[in-house]
Amino acid sequence: MPTFVGGIHPPEKKELSQERKITPLKAPARVVIPLRQHLGAPAKAAVAIGDEVKIGTLIGTPEGFVSAPVHASVSGKVIALGEFPTAMGRPTEAIVIENDGKEEWEPLKEAPDPMGLTPEEIKEKIKAAGIVGMGGAAFPTFVKLSPPKEKPIDVIILNGAECEPYLTADHRLMVEKPAEIVTGLLLIMKALGVKKGMIGIEDNKPDAVEAMKKASARYPEIEVCVPHVKYPQGAEKMLIKAATGREVPPRALPMDVGVVVQNIGTTYAIYEAVRFGKPVIERVTTVTGEGIREPNNYLVRIGTLVSELIAASGGMRNGTGKVISGGPMMGFAISSLDVPVTKGTSGILVLPEEGIFHADDYKPCIRCSRCVDVCPMQLQPGLLSVLVEKGHYEDAKANNLFDCFECGSCAYVCPSKRPIVQLVRLGKSMVKP
Amino acid sequence: MAVTKEEAKFIVSVSPHIRSDVSVARIMWTVNVSLLPALVMGAYFFGPRALFVTALSVVSAVFFEWATAKMMARPATVSDGSAFLTGLLLGMNLPASLWSFDPFLVHVPIIGSLVAITVTKMLFGGLGYNIFNPALIGRAFLLVSWPRAMTTWYAPTAAFVGFDAQTTATPLGILKEEGMGRLIEVFGSKGNLYIQKLVGQTAGSIGETSALALLIGGLYLLYKKYITWHIPFSFIGSLALLTWMFGGKGADGGLVLFAGDPLIHILSGGLMLGAFFMATDYVTGPSLRKAQIVYGIGCGAITALIRLKGGFPEGVMFAILLMNCFAPLIDRGFKSKPFGFVKPPKKQEAKK
Repeated sequence: MPTFVGGIHPPEKKELSQERKITPLKAPARVVIPLRQHLGAPAKAAVAIGDEVKIGTLIGTPEGFVSAPVHASVSGKVIALGEFPTAMGRPTEAIVIENDGKEEWEPLKEAPDPMGLTPEEIKEKIKAAGIVGMGGAAFPTFVKLSPPKEKPIDVIILNGAECEPYLTADHRLMVEKPAEIVTGLLLIMKALGVKKGMIGIEDNKPDAVEAMKKASARYPEIEVCVPHVKYPQGAEKMLIKAATGREVPPRALPMDVGVVVQNIGTTYAIYEAVRFGKPVIERVTTVTGEGIREPNNYLVRIGTLVSELIAASGGMRNGTGKVISGGPMMGFAISSLDVPVTKGTSGILVLPEEGIFHADDYKPCIRCSRCVDVCPMQLQPGLLSVLVEKGHYEDAKANNLFDCFECGSCAYVCPSKRPIVQLVRLGKSMVKP
Repeated sequence: MAVTKEEAKFIVSVSPHIRSDVSVARIMWTVNVSLLPALVMGAYFFGPRALFVTALSVVSAVFFEWATAKMMARPATVSDGSAFLTGLLLGMNLPASLWSFDPFLVHVPIIGSLVAITVTKMLFGGLGYNIFNPALIGRAFLLVSWPRAMTTWYAPTAAFVGFDAQTTATPLGILKEEGMGRLIEVFGSKGNLYIQKLVGQTAGSIGETSALALLIGGLYLLYKKYITWHIPFSFIGSLALLTWMFGGKGADGGLVLFAGDPLIHILSGGLMLGAFFMATDYVTGPSLRKAQIVYGIGCGAITALIRLKGGFPEGVMFAILLMNCFAPLIDRGFKSKPFGFVKPPKKQEAKK
């Protein structure tokens, strides 16, 4: 089976939510929509307090090339504009809209024959819809689909690996909306003039594999690739390696080996944007973990507070330790439930206190090599952790510090429980790349 | 129904938020357990003395680590099992004859543990920072300070009795001084020689004689993936190759190529103990897998050199200590290329 060197096998825990159909969550009484929920420049507010908006109204305009517009996810009135806390911990400028309950939409421009559009028209619709990478990185999709001419693309890969334990949003999307995802892939291929498309799905999702194979059967240019379950198979460089055998050079991008990778959720949003003219106002988010009473997969409006999701899932059990936005390997532990769901929130994970490792109690590096064996980028994580711990930041840089994408495999296996990823982050902040 | 818990109680710490079960303590105690078969065989052949010497070594090692940490005002690390392991390895590398009150020798294992733990490990920074294998430095110190006591070997007796023991030479000692022929004579036949060495019925240190028991422990560690094949295989392999090539002696005493007996060398002199339990020590060996192969070959080569040409009949201890010096350097030579590494274009091409 195609795969990459290194990686770990944490317990998958997908059974908590993988059979749960996507449930639309009732739009909340108010939404808090950050203007920065994507990589690049934050959007600029296009409305003022007191303005009436409908679902899909443009409330934030993109600033510069690497940016994305933001749209209202409920109809109602703008009641506040200012800095609000977000899951990342940093207060961000956001627009608060009070829901009038009318569910009125802006007029949308449909395209009954999406494949009949030109590549430029497809890209314009993607740009106007405010689509960003929904796997978590939230990179503006329009920018990703506009590679420079010197970097020709010859294959598009859809990332259905969803390698983080507990998360099942992409899994459910593939099982429930396979045809739409295939159309989304074809649209991306058309937009870039690419002849070959692949869909990568880890082999722990046989129903998704079957659904996608069936939906793409009549398109010989689309291939479903099924790598073995291993974390972090869903990291785009690892997926490219497993699907095509190509290795993206250090510090380079997939386009440097002729590939563009898109998340399944993003692809579905692309389909909706082109076919129905629908901007990004909602997304599928998994609420799961042993600490939540009723795990589920929700279709939730952007700007819904995490506390609403927790309430809808039966609330937290006693003895909750952590609430994480994202997955357990790379997600962020949040300090308050009053933070909004954004375009990149793939999951909310509630973990009980029992079994949580407390970070202050770690031992010196015993040079056991477990981290070296699992690092997907073939670095020496233990060495990097010691160099940064002792303040030798330039030496750490010389040992390929910046090639680390912080997947956490090293910290997972370390017997001394060292916070290797955090030390790497510290090192990166102390030197120029 | 409480929706929001008192939010001051959420744990906010960095990713990753899950960890595997392995810990330093689990590794150390597993290695301790895997040494038990060899210790049991040592007690069987050398009697209760063997257990007393080992116990003395272990208890002193643990005590010295606790005491040194206290004097250095550092947190105690005794529960992680590494001091216990060092004491156990040191004890198993000592002759059972050290349990003697006339001449008085019981302080020897204690001083060995002091040198191993306080000097070699704690003064260098504690676990993870020592350059040399603590148990081996301890043993080397004792060998140099008490040469006669450290080379007084008892003949093996059976069934845990062993109090009235006879002294004798180790098989490697006989091999070096008197040659292969005499060695086979002493054991009766070549077959006997091999079997007794495999089981442990020869003179030697408490834990090094039973190659079979050590192999069982070593294979268990391999199965648990606490050690990998790289060091044991290259250590044993290179020793076998070199002793086969250069270990043969003709009737006139001159060198006969490709006539050595690698099996004798593999089964003797703490090679199994060294290859599976001491050279594989995480802290003092290289961390990169390819570097570990070079390290293992170096250990094997130096052992062969000392055994065949050096003054001592046994060389594993010194070989490992010498290779400890080179471990970081070998690691540096094998610094792996990161994922996707692209060779920079040659300077001449750039000039074009």
